[in-house]
Amino acid sequence: MVTETKTTQSVGDYLRANIREYGLLVALVVIMVFFQALTGGVLFRPVNITNLILQNSFIVIMALGMLLIIVAGHIDLSVGSIVAFTGGLSAIMLVKWGIHYSLVVPLCLILGGLVGAAQGYWVAYQKIPAFIVTLAGMLVFRGLTYLILQNRPIGPFPKDFQSLSTGFIPDFLYFLNPVPGVITNFAALVVVLVLVGLAIYYGLKNRKLNDKHGTENEPFAFFAVQMGIIAVVAIFLGYQLSTYKGFPNVLVVMGLLIALYTFITTRSTIGRRIYAMGGNEKAAKLSGINTERLTFYTFVNMGVLAALAGMIIAARLNSATPKAGVGFELDVIAACFIGGASASGGVGKITGAVIGAFIMGVMNNGMSIMGLGIDYQQLVKGLVLLAAVFFDVYNKNKG
Amino acid sequence: MDKIILEMRGITKTFPGVKALDNVNLKVREGEIHALVGENGAGKSTLMKVLSGVYPAGSYDGEIHYDGELRQFSTISDSEHIGIIIIHQELALVPLLSIAENIFLGNEIATNGVINWKETFARTQELLNKVGLKESPPTLITDIGVGKQQLVEIAKALSKKVRLLILDEPTASLNETDSDALLKLLMEFRKQGMTSIIISHKLNEIKKVADKITILRDGGTVETLDCHHEDISEDRIIKGMVGRDMEDRYPPREPKIGETLLEVKNWNVFHQQHRDRQFLHDINFNVRAGEVVGIAGLMGAGRTETAMSIFGKSWGHKITGDVSIRGKQVDVSTIPKAIDAGLAYVTEDRKHLGLVLIDNILHNTTLSNLEAVSSAGVINDHEERRVASDYRQKLRIRSHSIYQETINLSGGNQQKVVLSKWLFTNPEVLILDEPTRGIDVGAKYEIYTIINQLAAEGKGILMISSEMPELLGTCDRIYVMNEGRIVAELSKAEASQESIMRAIMRSGEKH
Repeated sequence: MVTETKTTQSVGDYLRANIREYGLLVALVVIMVFFQALTGGVLFRPVNITNLILQNSFIVIMALGMLLIIVAGHIDLSVGSIVAFTGGLSAIMLVKWGIHYSLVVPLCLILGGLVGAAQGYWVAYQKIPAFIVTLAGMLVFRGLTYLILQNRPIGPFPKDFQSLSTGFIPDFLYFLNPVPGVITNFAALVVVLVLVGLAIYYGLKNRKLNDKHGTENEPFAFFAVQMGIIAVVAIFLGYQLSTYKGFPNVLVVMGLLIALYTFITTRSTIGRRIYAMGGNEKAAKLSGINTERLTFYTFVNMGVLAALAGMIIAARLNSATPKAGVGFELDVIAACFIGGASASGGVGKITGAVIGAFIMGVMNNGMSIMGLGIDYQQLVKGLVLLAAVFFDVYNKNKG
Repeated sequence: MDKIILEMRGITKTFPGVKALDNVNLKVREGEIHALVGENGAGKSTLMKVLSGVYPAGSYDGEIHYDGELRQFSTISDSEHIGIIIIHQELALVPLLSIAENIFLGNEIATNGVINWKETFARTQELLNKVGLKESPPTLITDIGVGKQQLVEIAKALSKKVRLLILDEPTASLNETDSDALLKLLMEFRKQGMTSIIISHKLNEIKKVADKITILRDGGTVETLDCHHEDISEDRIIKGMVGRDMEDRYPPREPKIGETLLEVKNWNVFHQQHRDRQFLHDINFNVRAGEVVGIAGLMGAGRTETAMSIFGKSWGHKITGDVSIRGKQVDVSTIPKAIDAGLAYVTEDRKHLGLVLIDNILHNTTLSNLEAVSSAGVINDHEERRVASDYRQKLRIRSHSIYQETINLSGGNQQKVVLSKWLFTNPEVLILDEPTRGIDVGAKYEIYTIINQLAAEGKGILMISSEMPELLGTCDRIYVMNEGRIVAELSKAEASQESIMRAIMRSGEKH
């Protein structure tokens, strides 16, 4: 009686079914090429790529936490203020009290977690809409930042703390460098090559496992083209970086976090439960999921990531100011929605949010290089956000 | 008085997979109170939705003649325009607006969008006098009781120049005094020449007011009884409602009944919203291994609430009483604890409470027992897929793969996914709440077969259903609930549609 209609998908079908993800990647590439042309090739210069990473790392890092919150069916408007607050706290501890950074960093992460917990409590256990709780949090923590900093910026930071944000991974393979004149950080190139190799190896291995268990694979042509594009882009970027100062420390932190959160969202029980909760909270609760606790933890997590972002920003600016992070929540939320997250919860991917953050970042960076003012930048970003979400809605209604 | 105001001819309405109405005929004379009775799901509400234009002309077959003319309503306002007003079971009032605002909502007395409050309040007062409601027009709806709200609905109908008033279970949530007042009002309106159709389960009330009674069963008209020609007894009505033959719609089963699995004692629960109202009173029941136990009752009897309050206190508050499994008292204060204790609850509302509709079969199947397919919080993809594929095959879930989103499945297949989810938790006792609601006949049979298999494996099944034939066809023992109490326990031999109905009616008279 069971109708087995297991046919191999054609490339066209597959593309149609996954248009959102590929569409996003294509959009990013198009935007990059567009600005590469408009800026006369400045965009892909090694120094600018490095800047792009440094400027956007904190948005990406916060987007990871925000995605979980949005998938869970909530929102967090307070992250910009938490950035300023934790940045301020780190400055006071480092500069005023002279505490070593190896103690300050974990302390600030914990404090960020507490800030998230303070907000998560109201959302999860008192059922106050997250929009309201975090709007309050946005004001409260901005106010607290002014209080603790007494309206003055604090800085400069010790060198070792600054390197969190401005440092680079040293060239530990310099002795192997075949062309020292061109490549200034050989390790960066090697690491990229190794990572690309690993990605292809595990991709193939997973396909084989799927075959063994009778699970459908994406068409091979697709897999090959996709892997090819990723490899070419990654190697190109890695090469560019290797001709400058190599990998920024922040890139490594960001890369590890992206990997971790991708894993959490796709493979862990916690991730699965967050998606289920966002998709249908009542059904999830009746399935034995402690939805309150889960909501609470997503906010704690957001607080920790916002604290990390706060320290990265403070270290990058080499001062903690009460005005740090103003409006960041909007960039972070926009990144998630451009990346395909659904405002009603249950839908969204880490890769989407990361690409969304970079789309915003490249546009910011490209328009800045072109000398467009903040007026046009805001205008364009707003339209891109609307267009991306419209694309989602359009696709949904059509399908 | 002999003029026929409404005639519905050969009304047939199909939903995907289900024929809700099949060639239904209804004739209503001007100035009479016409009662419409039938079991849950017999098609009463659907028929009234066809009449009022909720289901527009073209979405059903058959003809509606009103006032001697063929009518085709495409919206509710079309039918309201000519005086057909329906008052639904769930009242459609805005709680935080006043009585006056509610009565004229969408129909405001205004010039150029500016409301004339003086006129509004005066007209409201007039209408309130007519229905005998002693409240002032600016009173908020939320501040008056359900009985009075019902009267506001009627006043609202009057404001629209109603000629045919349809009331869907108007007294279901009213106490006796309020019910009486309402029925008196209907009789008053009859004197003034207004026609009403009343849908009700309370046969004693119908006897009191109705001129004619039309009985629906399984989406078809059974008969129309004239209360003035003969004296119609309640038993006569019940017989009409339930008198269908039991065909081979239920797979046979040899019950092998073992030890007591689930025992619930002195279970008292207060209402979830109206927190000082006790909703369930001294519920006692048990389910044994290999046994299928039914809970019969009308809507609002407290069956779902009983199940949900036991399942991790997911309904109600101030819950007291004992639950034991295999003779050992267990803690069921949270849903995870209830699941650990060996309970599973398959909800009556699979779309809102059972499934994550935007997610696929795979993820829905393992949701309640993710631990079993993961280690240290990491899901083993292949193991998970194996489990989901297994259940898909075992329960014959028709889908193109385990990756199909559950929103795209038919009702029967959705129900099977919910069942898979709970079977995967390996429960001792499964509580099935309306497991075949909105499912076509073929899929129903499959669900019954699954229930039989589970009982044969030694699990205890507690089945809540509003379809009495289904309970009689599948259960070894049936508890009857009414108004938050268990009012009868019937063995298979004792149980019949008449005995169940009688138990409900009798207990209703006592209170």
